[in-house]
Amino acid sequence: MALLEIRDVVKRFGDFTAVNHVSLAVEAGEFFTLLGPSGCGKTTLLRMLAGFEQPDSGEIVLDGQNVASVPPEKRPVHTVFQNYALFPHMTVAQNIAFPLKMAGAATDEINRRVAELLEDVRLQDFAKRYPHELSGGQRQRVAIARALVNRPKLLLLDEPLSALDAKLREQMQIELITLQKEVGITFVYVTHDQGEALALSHRIAVMNQGQVEQLDAPEQIYSYPKSRFVADFIGQCNLLDASVTEVGAERMTLEISGVGACHTLPVAGAQPGQKGCLALRPEKIKLGASLPADDSDEVHFKGRVHDCLYLGDVTIYIVELDNGMLVETMLPNSAPGRAKFFDDNDLVELAWRFDAGHFILA
Amino acid sequence: MNKVSRWVWGAAIGVYAFLYLPLAIVVLFSFNDSNLNAEWVGFTLKWYVMLFNDEVMLEAALNTLGIGLVTCVVATVLGTLAGYAMYKWRLRLLPVLVLTPIAIPEILMGVSLLIFFVMLNMTLGLVSITLSHIAFCIGFVAIVVRSRLQGMDESLVEAARDLGASPAMAFRKITLPLIMPGIIAGALMAFTLSIDDFVISFFTAGVGSNTLPLEIYSRVKVPMKLNPEVNAVSTLLMLLTLSLILIVSKVAPNALRAE
Amino acid sequence: MSKPVYGLGGRYAKWLISAPPLLYLLLFFAIPALIMVFAAFRFPGDYGGLVPLVDVNPDTGARELLLTAENWRDFLTFENFGRFFEDSIYLELFLKSFWYAGLTTLICLVLAYPLSWLIARSGKKTRDLLVLLVILPFWSNFLIRVYAWMIILGPQSYFSRVLNGFLGIFGIEPVSLLFSQFAVIIGLVYVHLPFMVLPLYANLEKHDMSLLDAAQDLGANAWQRFWKVTWPLSLPGVWAGVALVFIPALGMFAIPDLLGGTNSMMIGNLIKQQFLDSRDWPFGSVLSIMLTLSVLLLAAVAAWAGSRHKKKD
Repeated sequence: MALLEIRDVVKRFGDFTAVNHVSLAVEAGEFFTLLGPSGCGKTTLLRMLAGFEQPDSGEIVLDGQNVASVPPEKRPVHTVFQNYALFPHMTVAQNIAFPLKMAGAATDEINRRVAELLEDVRLQDFAKRYPHELSGGQRQRVAIARALVNRPKLLLLDEPLSALDAKLREQMQIELITLQKEVGITFVYVTHDQGEALALSHRIAVMNQGQVEQLDAPEQIYSYPKSRFVADFIGQCNLLDASVTEVGAERMTLEISGVGACHTLPVAGAQPGQKGCLALRPEKIKLGASLPADDSDEVHFKGRVHDCLYLGDVTIYIVELDNGMLVETMLPNSAPGRAKFFDDNDLVELAWRFDAGHFILA
Repeated sequence: MNKVSRWVWGAAIGVYAFLYLPLAIVVLFSFNDSNLNAEWVGFTLKWYVMLFNDEVMLEAALNTLGIGLVTCVVATVLGTLAGYAMYKWRLRLLPVLVLTPIAIPEILMGVSLLIFFVMLNMTLGLVSITLSHIAFCIGFVAIVVRSRLQGMDESLVEAARDLGASPAMAFRKITLPLIMPGIIAGALMAFTLSIDDFVISFFTAGVGSNTLPLEIYSRVKVPMKLNPEVNAVSTLLMLLTLSLILIVSKVAPNALRAE
Repeated sequence: MSKPVYGLGGRYAKWLISAPPLLYLLLFFAIPALIMVFAAFRFPGDYGGLVPLVDVNPDTGARELLLTAENWRDFLTFENFGRFFEDSIYLELFLKSFWYAGLTTLICLVLAYPLSWLIARSGKKTRDLLVLLVILPFWSNFLIRVYAWMIILGPQSYFSRVLNGFLGIFGIEPVSLLFSQFAVIIGLVYVHLPFMVLPLYANLEKHDMSLLDAAQDLGANAWQRFWKVTWPLSLPGVWAGVALVFIPALGMFAIPDLLGGTNSMMIGNLIKQQFLDSRDWPFGSVLSIMLTLSVLLLAAVAAWAGSRHKKKD
């Protein structure tokens, strides 16, 4: 049985439905991420897990017990806040000791655990400092130590890296993964940053407008988005409007409006005549002045370079197809001695394997 | 420094001189060996000696301090409650009752309290003055405390709850220590406002009781009774408030910035 | 609950916490105010105060309400309000008080603006010190501050003597500075100046300096930058300051009482006179109600004007 089960939870604020019939399960030891744009309901869901909000209906089952109406201090769940919420009038050690004191632990037990945790987050020398004397990264570590000190069953992290600069964020991501492996506590992580979610998580729930759009492992979410929203929200993705013309056992044929036919992997429930779009990541498209058309697994189209964006390691080419449709592709700038391969208005050919894209039914 | 900023600096120095010169003159003349506040004659401490032998002044001073202390304690408690309630809940009546006494001219409160106490057949005196002072000080404390609460990061209380503190514990361990500078600043304001108050005391004092501002007024009003003793008591009063501010800024460095 | 934050819990917390200050202010602020409004419709008593509504029955010793449905005209009247509008001296006095308060506000604004601007543009440490220097006199006793001007403007003071000596050169009669309208205005400005500086400073401090750079870049000279950028953006602060100075200045009674002469009375002095000297409480209450209405009107105007400009921010 899963450690945490959210069953059909609904939360409304006045007319606005923040969380709309969400059900999901988190396994013990998992690094689970709620990903979505701001206002998608991820933070509200997290606040219901912590106990700051009560669901209007539905159950939150933690370790077999429905905790939906249990106040936050009675839950074996701790939170790392976005702004860390370190108590400014307490030292680092006092901050970390706070949950133990509230739980009524003995003094030497408190001292021992605080020392352990300070060591875990490498802040032994900072025990007597006050939060305002620490750097952003150090505050972050204190917040995590404080939330872990009395071994909660579940650690909630509310965009904990958003206040850090890009370099520090990357370093903290690695620290978080290591820490989670070490302590073995289940993490529920909220973020709007898809890169962070892909890098950290075992599984991701992509949320939009109060609902879970897709719940999968990172690589599944990236490669096989189940909805236009997910495809669009995670990374760069071409969404080519198309309709199904033929459904086979191993392949399905699409008509991309105004451009031509192409093969793709069949999707469950697709019928000829249905409309949808083909989700195609830029890096999966081959680009060349002319490409050999000898592989029946590949689809070929001709086009003209409309724009190119030089990004240093790669260049992004926006290619205009015959019907005016724009397709984004990318090539690494790996050839020595030249910055990029094509210029605006160059005639080019595009090709991709039938299983490179993924059809999303409308 | 360009022409504009030189002009602005000049104006600013002028304004500061305007603010401080009169007070400096009061202090200076309290050491002046002359009955008239007109010309510097020579240094003396006789006005201070006279002041400490002046039964009327001393009694007034004692009354003022007593009223100030009681007002300070009661208004701080009630004002803190009001400030917390106004921060926490959307109330209709309380904010109006708390804020109006601050916004309207003091004389209005003075005369309405006069009618009220007389109708209750209450003897006007120290009690009626104290009750009135508390009424107008609550608002000042409430505002300072509320602004302190508003400046407090709300997630701190959530964090305390999240980490196992009951509501009362979170208030005691987190909210109270963090708003303490505001409460201290509010208490200081209540005390100072009370010992400084003239208008409301003037209407609610009756005949028998006297406070320092009332005594100063009566001497200043009648030139026959006026002598630099008033300068001396003024100087001491200024010293008292100044040292209070200093003490508070040492005890709670951020308290005075809450305004 | 309006906020999801948990504080002191419990269903009754709201009432337990707000009841003490609420009851206190109802008793010692709201009820006295209502009694005063009611008093404005009653007759003055023979020896001051009000004609009693309750009498003690000499036989039984019980208290009896004299007011009945038939005889209410003997106890309640609009006459006091009539008197206010019939005799023009009262309205004139109100107008004069408005004029004093208005002039005070204007002078405070002119003095406070450059100072506030300077404070807002200073470095953080200087800024805190300069603000403290503005607030500090405000912490000293109000009467002392008025008394200081009695010394300065007194006939024997250095200031008076130098001024009159200077006027004497041109053959002008010596002027008496104390007990004049001039002295009242100076006193009012002196006491209220911090109330103009603080809101103005708080507003100016928030201004984005790059707006001025942008204006300069786009060709505005110093005066245009002030008039087209700084001034309009500071209007919410100006209106807050105007309300904070005008309202207390309007109801002031100690300053005209101590610094003014017989011709520089303000509303406050008249109210004091009615309550303490002629002991005509009903008319004093009428004057107080009129002052309250003026204040409410002013506060509403200032709040409306301030918010109108705020929306443009």
